[in-house]
Amino acid sequence: MAREQRGRPAVKLVESASAWAIPVLLMAILLHAWVRRVNVYDAFVEGAGEGFWLAVKVMPYLVGMFMALGVFRESGALEVLTRLFRPVLEPLGLKGELMPLMLIRPLSGSAAFGVTAELIRQYGPDSAIGRLAAVMQGSTDTTFYILTFYFGSVGIRRIRHSLLAGLAGDLAGFVASALVCRWFFGG
Amino acid sequence: MLNLVWLALVLGGMAFAAVRGDVGRVADAAMSSATTGVDTALGLMGVMCLWLGLMKVAEKSGFVAVLARALTPLGRLLFPGLPKNSPALGPVFMNMGANLLGLGNAATPFGLKAMQELQKLNPHPDTATDEMCSFLVLNTSSITLVAAVVVALRAQAGARQPADIVVPTFLATCCACAVGLTVERLLRRLFPAEGGRRAGGRLREGREGPAGGRGIGGAAGWRGSRGGGPR
Repeated sequence: MAREQRGRPAVKLVESASAWAIPVLLMAILLHAWVRRVNVYDAFVEGAGEGFWLAVKVMPYLVGMFMALGVFRESGALEVLTRLFRPVLEPLGLKGELMPLMLIRPLSGSAAFGVTAELIRQYGPDSAIGRLAAVMQGSTDTTFYILTFYFGSVGIRRIRHSLLAGLAGDLAGFVASALVCRWFFGG
Repeated sequence: MLNLVWLALVLGGMAFAAVRGDVGRVADAAMSSATTGVDTALGLMGVMCLWLGLMKVAEKSGFVAVLARALTPLGRLLFPGLPKNSPALGPVFMNMGANLLGLGNAATPFGLKAMQELQKLNPHPDTATDEMCSFLVLNTSSITLVAAVVVALRAQAGARQPADIVVPTFLATCCACAVGLTVERLLRRLFPAEGGRRAGGRLREGREGPAGGRGIGGAAGWRGSRGGGPR
């Protein structure tokens, strides 16, 4: 099943770089560990055991967000919200369906992951919304949590401009996601 | 805050459906999407095991340190206010390296250590320094090399090329980081650290801290959404 080739060399380059990223990282880590004489397989198994608990840990977040978004969409409320914010979001290349993700992303990583998973399921992984959700999920982090936790750990109360800068970064990440997706995957 | 958003989604949806007289369909949607949530989590388990296994190997072999060393020139650029051999730089780079690999759990202890070291250079212990703000913006925009679990999510949903979002994600996260850091630089003067208490004199020239870090390093075990949340 060949993708529609759009013939631009830069796009092809990005495409193959994406495909190679995981294999290359995997080989680099394993070779480096081999050279350093780490017991590779033992370490792998030890880490893999934690994967089970991670999946269990994100499950309630997924259920919570799938449920809330399911209700919000089926009721038709999402459609109204989407139509309402279209004039603001459209010029930025963003879609109203992504509003919940943009609201939740700076607040909680696991909850945002749930939202992303739901959007990919609902609209399909190769749809514009599904792809954009995936890119947005990966491109920023939970700003509020990080600021609270790191500043709290050393007793800082006056955080100055850090929250504004962090949120500006988040917004830039969302808009950049939309632009990159449009450039790479087409409208 | 998250509680409010969630509540608004559920109650707003229900109320909207009630007004439109379509409550039955919404209740069905709630039930079936809860099931889908569990299916999705279970389906991801394999990839999470694979990825966490690989990351454990990276952790044990010191791969993070290799990345940290590669980042050193960049770090100099981002933290010009820090003395060249400042003890804060080590944990800052290790934190960046771990974040690049998506190792949230490994990144946090380094991040806390970095904050403690930065706090030692801080003349006003209750106020964030410029370096702290830069460091945290670096963390909140989280440059990650490979968003592996998102790739898995796409594979599970039947994407034609699940990994094709990797480079777009990397580009977008670089933009987020660049904008965040730029805004941080621009806003510094509008939010001065000195509250007008001490007249004159630049205070924050890497003075060995009389302030002392009031750190609670033991808090590393406390991990909220970030560690659990695959990105």
